[in-house]
Amino acid sequence: MKNRRREPVDEQDAQVAREMRNKSRRSFLVMGIGAAAGFAGWKWLTARPEGADLPRPLRRTLEFNGKLGESYFEEKSLTPTFPRDMARMPRVNGEEGMSVGFDPVTWRMYVTGAGRARSFTLEEIQRLPRVDMTTEHKCIEGWSTVVNWTGARLSDFAAAYKLATRSGTSPDMRTRPRDLLRYVGLETPDGGYYVGMDMPSALHPQTLLCYEMNGKPLSISHGAPLRLVTTVKYGIKSIKRIGSLTFTDDRPRDFWAEQGYDWYAGL
Amino acid sequence: MRKLEKKHPLAIRWFHWVNFPLLFLMIWSGLLIYWANAVYRLGLGKYTLFTLFPERTFAALGIPHRLAEGMALHFFFMWFFAINGFLYVLYTVLSGEWRYLVPNRRSFREAVQVVLHDLHLSKIEPPPRKFNGAQQIAYTTVILMGVGSLVTGLAIYKPVQLAWLTALLGGYPRARWEHFWLAGGYVLFFVIHLVQVARAGWNNFRAMVTGYQIVRAGIRPPAEKPNPSRPAGEATS
Repeated sequence: MKNRRREPVDEQDAQVAREMRNKSRRSFLVMGIGAAAGFAGWKWLTARPEGADLPRPLRRTLEFNGKLGESYFEEKSLTPTFPRDMARMPRVNGEEGMSVGFDPVTWRMYVTGAGRARSFTLEEIQRLPRVDMTTEHKCIEGWSTVVNWTGARLSDFAAAYKLATRSGTSPDMRTRPRDLLRYVGLETPDGGYYVGMDMPSALHPQTLLCYEMNGKPLSISHGAPLRLVTTVKYGIKSIKRIGSLTFTDDRPRDFWAEQGYDWYAGL
Repeated sequence: MRKLEKKHPLAIRWFHWVNFPLLFLMIWSGLLIYWANAVYRLGLGKYTLFTLFPERTFAALGIPHRLAEGMALHFFFMWFFAINGFLYVLYTVLSGEWRYLVPNRRSFREAVQVVLHDLHLSKIEPPPRKFNGAQQIAYTTVILMGVGSLVTGLAIYKPVQLAWLTALLGGYPRARWEHFWLAGGYVLFFVIHLVQVARAGWNNFRAMVTGYQIVRAGIRPPAEKPNPSRPAGEATS
């Protein structure tokens, strides 16, 4: 074909080639603009504010996802439980808030909320109904370990001592959800580690004030004498060595959320 | 004599090119997350071909210690990735484009033929339809993988609220493993796709941008309307 120039067929082919060039120019231009817009969008998205926090659009999206999570949070949906003999020791992951020189014997848990304050001994927690569960402890890093936990439900604790409510009565999520304070904040005695939780997650039946692990009292490195265990959040929320517990309407600070992680962290 | 022929609808081109950076960002942010518990390997039994990935590889790519950032990006772009994929499927269904894309009972035999041809083991040319059997299988599989990523992703994102789903996939660690290997599947798809696009040449690539390709008139049967009843092998006549 190529050596037979200036024939009508070639004229037509040339016309086709011109048409294609025009289409290409337009389309590749649109694509280039699209790519530039995408790149600009990426720059906007990843522009960091001061400090360790996430870029704002990403933080807002995590908050949106969290709100969505709260909206379909079901108090009744329980984490699957495992046979007791599948339980293993989870790794000790992080030393924040576990400063040396801590004395578990003189330990008290200080509880505040709705204008009241008092401290609790371990015996008082252990007098509450004893709950035993073998569940999968899920770390935000991506690993998980099946562990057997024993303790008192945080909801039983709140009910027994009439905590977590504005009115000073026992919490009742069903009939008086408005009476509940919105959050629980927990901190280690030295304030080195702290977590915040929404109230529905805190009152979930698998959220325990835990004092035994795999049938033995908690070791110091796993949070003796009392730690939180919740199956509805990543492990970062299961704070060890609870020093204080606060029921509040102001969202409590959270150690890992300050480092760019999701505040809600719900599973 | 040559002429212009419409090949890819505008919508499909947009879905394709929007998906490209989205999928890349999902895999990239996925790697930032995966690093924090990088436990998978390629191997058989006790024998490990290689671990995924050696710390040096992570370090060279600047991945270590970016878990929080990775999660934030992953849970941001997941929306766009899912919505774009959903709209694509919806479009192919409503427009009838699915007829070109979904394999039929002849596609599998044809796919073998295409693979043999591309490996220079057979001289039989692939049929000059928009998508041959191998493409139909590949492009449909990758959509199913997308569904798989969504489902396994949900199972590890909400393993308590969606405990039934996580259980269905074999439990939490297993679902994470599946989610990871689906991403590995995309990488494999991408490599083959790239090679095939390079082999097919500029006219073919340009069609994915402009929508049009140049064809020799009279040789190629016009493919104006999807026609699933036409047997695939006879298109070469």
